[in-house]
Amino acid sequence: MSAEIRYRPLVAALAALTLAAALVSLTVGYARLDVAAALADAFAGRSTAAAVVLEQIRLPRAALGAMVGFSLGLAGAALQGLLRNPLADPGVIGVSGGAALGAVVVFYSGLAGAFALAMPLGGVAGAVVAALLLYALVGRGAGTMTLILAGVTVNSFAGALTALALNLSPNPYAAYEIMFWLMGSLADRSLPQLWLALPLTVAGWALLLTSAPALDALTLGEDTAASLGFDLGRLRAQLVAGAALAVGAAVAVTGAIGFVGLVAPHLLRPLVGNRPGRLLLVSGFGGAIVLLVADIVVRLIPVHPELKLGVATALIGAPLLYGLIDRMRREA
Amino acid sequence: MRIAARGLVVRFGERAALAGLDCDFVSGELTGLIGPNGAGKTTLLRVLAGLQRADAGEARYDGLSAAELGRAALARRVAYLAQSGLSHWPLRVDHVVALGRLPHRRPFSPPSAADRAAVEAALAAAEVVELRDRPIGTLSGGERARALLARALAVEADMLLADEPVAALDPLHQLRAMALLRAAARKGAGVVAVLHDLTLATRFCDRLIVLAEGRVVADGPPSALTDAVLAEVYGVTALRGERDGEPFVVPWRAAPPAACN
Repeated sequence: MSAEIRYRPLVAALAALTLAAALVSLTVGYARLDVAAALADAFAGRSTAAAVVLEQIRLPRAALGAMVGFSLGLAGAALQGLLRNPLADPGVIGVSGGAALGAVVVFYSGLAGAFALAMPLGGVAGAVVAALLLYALVGRGAGTMTLILAGVTVNSFAGALTALALNLSPNPYAAYEIMFWLMGSLADRSLPQLWLALPLTVAGWALLLTSAPALDALTLGEDTAASLGFDLGRLRAQLVAGAALAVGAAVAVTGAIGFVGLVAPHLLRPLVGNRPGRLLLVSGFGGAIVLLVADIVVRLIPVHPELKLGVATALIGAPLLYGLIDRMRREA
Repeated sequence: MRIAARGLVVRFGERAALAGLDCDFVSGELTGLIGPNGAGKTTLLRVLAGLQRADAGEARYDGLSAAELGRAALARRVAYLAQSGLSHWPLRVDHVVALGRLPHRRPFSPPSAADRAAVEAALAAAEVVELRDRPIGTLSGGERARALLARALAVEADMLLADEPVAALDPLHQLRAMALLRAAARKGAGVVAVLHDLTLATRFCDRLIVLAEGRVVADGPPSALTDAVLAEVYGVTALRGERDGEPFVVPWRAAPPAACN
């Protein structure tokens, strides 16, 4: 329990690790690439093959990995704080399911072929619809349990509709592609996708990060938090909106990537003395590191086609979670 | 500060937890709020703390409604200590106590010297200094209750509304906590404490308010808690006496039916 360490050095160390992981990610790939030469070319404005690979393939992949991982880790920590439940993750309130459904609908309807950003836009729209539906179900004053139940309802419904789309797919290859997309991946993403997701993501981060004092107060229960001056209805709206923007944008671009939002807060919580407010930023960086490392691993494992990132995070995340449960059981 | 409750009605379904309650609470007094289970004590505190909307009537704070006063000012001026003391994450005791300073702090700025001093004073007053590094989940029930009392004291509010602050404490700490609440009142803060121990209530409180079925049935100095009131609201007779010039009241047995009228 004395695992707590100083906050600023911890944040600085995690930020440095995130940057390091992103740089390593730039050097890993299927094409042989002299990163230094490619960088030199890119900065000199020479569109050599190396510079194009770096700018169009490696850079979006590394940047999206950091951004999506940060979103998942941050949203997971925020929702665990809001629901005061260590099992909460962005899936719990249904926005990731909604985003996946939105993207699948676009794919299924053939719009995906019409323009490049159709699928991510569909994903974001799906996340927003899911958040609005959640809010319509819950209303303003309702408690935590109602929010969890409504989130499970929205998530199951979105999952059922996604399965329905697969079920009715006229073409087995389309179903196959949807299934593969749902497993989540950072492969073959482009800079325009990054530019689409970035503003929504940053807006979501701002909403989530500014909830820190309220989440700290909520540690002592809803009555005490309210008596300390926090409007819990507003807090819930702020976090649902923040998660919908950040996670919705993430899922829309990369597909569903599980376990990061669950594991990152768990791993790092002891280091901030279990304080939910301080966990937010820390867990965001933790999620970015986990996702970048997982994405490096899938490219290093000689399996083709490469392992889907969502598969890899679950394969890495499940034993990590088991280890944490084991430790908690021995401490209890 | 004066909190004036006028005509408070709170209904939960068919049942009225508060049935048109009028009462004033002032700073500088330790007020004991007593009455049987279900009398409306917790509901009254929650209304006064701005946590529960009244279906009719309102509480005014130095003449201002909760809305006029504003959420932030209300949080600085009125502190609330909940009955069921829980912490969802195993925070350290001093971190928990520091949460009491949130109403005074600007978001994302470090605690001021006044914040630190208030936390230290609260830790010392509630006698939890030596527990400050412990995760709150590892404390005993009574130690946790003292840590949470320290959290409420750290707000340094004009009015502290405490729901059964001594119920979990051992006898020595009950006496010390009551003395602490009385000392807080002597220093100028108002304290309203829900109590079940009649001796503690009569010995330490400046004023007792007896609730039954959502109404005030007695309000006055501790001597207002007469045998007739005890029989009427609790249905008990009491053993009374004095020790060192201070009264004690021990519930003795169920009152005979005649006395209940």
